Amino acid sequence: MATPTPVAMTAAAGARRFALGFVVLAGVLALVPFAGIYPVFVMKALCFALFACAFNLLLGYGGLLSFGHAMFLGTAGYVCAHAAKAWGWPPEAAIAVGTLSAMLLGAAVGVIAIRRQGIYFAMITLAIAQMFYFFYLQTPFTHGEDGIQAVPRGRLFGLVDLTSTTAMYYTVLVIFLAGFAAIYRIVHSPFGAALNAIRENEPRAISLGYDADRYKLMAFVLSATFAGLAGATKAIVFELASLTDVHWTMSGEVVLMVLVGGMGTIFGPVVGAFVIVGIESYLSAGLTLGSVVIGPEWVTVITGVIFVACVLAFRRGIVGEWLAWRQRRRPGTPPDT
Amino acid sequence: MQRFKQLALATAVAALMGVAGGAGAQVSDNVIKIGVLTDMSSLYTDLAGAGSVAAAKLAIEDSGIEKKGYKVEIVSADHQNKPDVGSAIARQWYDQDHVDVIVDVPNSGVALAINQITKEKGKAFLASGPGTSDLTGTACSPNTIHWTYDTWMLANGTGTAITKAGGDSWFFIAADYAFGAALQRDTTAAVEKAGGKVLGGVKAPLNTQDFSSFLLQAQASKAKVIGLANAGGDTTNSIKQAAEFGIVSGGQQLAGLLVFITDVHALGLKNAQGLTFTTTFYWDMNEQTRAFAKRFAPLDKGIYPTMVHAGVYASLLHYFKAVEALKSDDGTKVIAKMKEMPTDDPLFGKGSVRADGRGIHPAYLVKVKTPAESKGPWDYYKMVATIPADQAFRPMTAGGCSLVK
Repeated sequence: MATPTPVAMTAAAGARRFALGFVVLAGVLALVPFAGIYPVFVMKALCFALFACAFNLLLGYGGLLSFGHAMFLGTAGYVCAHAAKAWGWPPEAAIAVGTLSAMLLGAAVGVIAIRRQGIYFAMITLAIAQMFYFFYLQTPFTHGEDGIQAVPRGRLFGLVDLTSTTAMYYTVLVIFLAGFAAIYRIVHSPFGAALNAIRENEPRAISLGYDADRYKLMAFVLSATFAGLAGATKAIVFELASLTDVHWTMSGEVVLMVLVGGMGTIFGPVVGAFVIVGIESYLSAGLTLGSVVIGPEWVTVITGVIFVACVLAFRRGIVGEWLAWRQRRRPGTPPDT
Repeated sequence: MQRFKQLALATAVAALMGVAGGAGAQVSDNVIKIGVLTDMSSLYTDLAGAGSVAAAKLAIEDSGIEKKGYKVEIVSADHQNKPDVGSAIARQWYDQDHVDVIVDVPNSGVALAINQITKEKGKAFLASGPGTSDLTGTACSPNTIHWTYDTWMLANGTGTAITKAGGDSWFFIAADYAFGAALQRDTTAAVEKAGGKVLGGVKAPLNTQDFSSFLLQAQASKAKVIGLANAGGDTTNSIKQAAEFGIVSGGQQLAGLLVFITDVHALGLKNAQGLTFTTTFYWDMNEQTRAFAKRFAPLDKGIYPTMVHAGVYASLLHYFKAVEALKSDDGTKVIAKMKEMPTDDPLFGKGSVRADGRGIHPAYLVKVKTPAESKGPWDYYKMVATIPADQAFRPMTAGGCSLVK
């Protein structure tokens, strides 16, 4: 669990530290195309990182475990792909309408789901997500199991040709950094503090006069919106929107990313997303470690082992454990969130 | 033992890939790099998977291309049946790893994505695993050749041949999604054209465990033939449960629309007997196919080659011939050359590749033997009819391919 934030005293130090981390992250990511790292892989990881951050907003700071977040990722992807391909919209408009669709869906689903808590909340979101999965499986515009293929990347604002990998990469990077900074801002706003209070003790927050349901709904809609932004961007990057993104396993994968990286930490989901996407991408061709050879058929097993190891040994996730370790060494430093 | 063999094979493949990775830096035009993109961990592993890598190796061996001074390397990867994973791998292969040609790709969704990327990058795609006939229809590309089979050919072959053989009334159990609907639609057209009648159909949800109500409806329809417009686990489940209801022994015939020899092997002859379907390859057709199967099986956990494996092998042989003729591995040029040259290989015989990218060869209607008829392991099919090459596939003008004027 994340450590509760003593807000007033450490807020400034925390913000400075975040700014430093943010600049380092942005700098490193901006250098990727020059470092020989394959940019399409990083773009994919960034889309999932944004998705995981959106999910973390709800789980880590709102305490709500949604098990149907793939519906927002996938819906935005489908709407964006359809707008870009069938209607010929430019990429920025397609991404915007995709994100908007996820927001509206988030509002509709949120109204129903936030009335219950814990396992019931998870089950309701899962059930609704499954309904959407079957809807997308059947409805003609998604082309069923083939997905919407050959989505044109187009020209951003009519100027930048996104078929160039470098242009696409920096576009994705800007979208990710903007989304990431926005999520940080939301978490550290009065709204975020109220949300935190509701997560820690809902009856007390209500007794203090907060309308818990409204806060939770707002968090749900925000989370859905950012998940949609990630899904719409992903559809443009891969020129593809498919059933994978609305399947329940995707909802599970994002839980995994957040838990591995560190629930309730700002940078955790980013780390988690890179770890999980990295495993999926690099192990798909097998792995040779000296004389030990791991074939591609082991990807799912390895992902599972990592999950089990995290749950058993690294309860706080990679970033969470690191923060806790630093906290233990230098008790004076302000705790991060 | 099985486990050990699998591990040994995985070791071999990975060792090969290690070699390939090391040499990748000094790529010249004389290195032909083949990417086998397949399913290594899920439902298509047996019918494609590691066997497709083995088939590609045999093709390199038999083409003798290495003796002619070309260097050939193989890489392989698991697309996990996710179009985004598959397309990420393909992009990386083309952009960074200097892969010249991608083969296999079972799973239509992934294949359509690879089709698109290959066209963008001007490389070559030899599709043996996927079923969708869109690859040579609305999505056709000057960089793709679709070998082995497609959904139109399966529906048409099975529908026409069974109807003409007397199975003139049909009832469908279709998987309730686009693939099942397309199979049912195409088969219905073929049945009606051949003078048969479709009495009805029922849609079963995807991944159904319990087919009893659908099978009872099929039984009650009194149709002579029950068409299974589904795939993978749905097909094997419906066949198993049909055996429990005594549907075949009661005089009705089961027609599978997408069945591989590995499915029959998994079902066992007791459950699968009497099942009729279309295939383009059976290992026990002639001397050459038997010789291929004998060499292939030890490389793939003892699995005998499916038509997908055969397609990987044959399409690569033809690819090497075109590369030799051109002395180039430029994707667009090689595919154009492959369409120009007549095909001739030990597994599919003489044939051709059409302008829309469709590989043309005969297809066969087969019936699964009873346990008594089978003489040994993998002796599963009785040949019922041969569908000549010019009738087996969709006429070029009907596909809507933009390459066909």
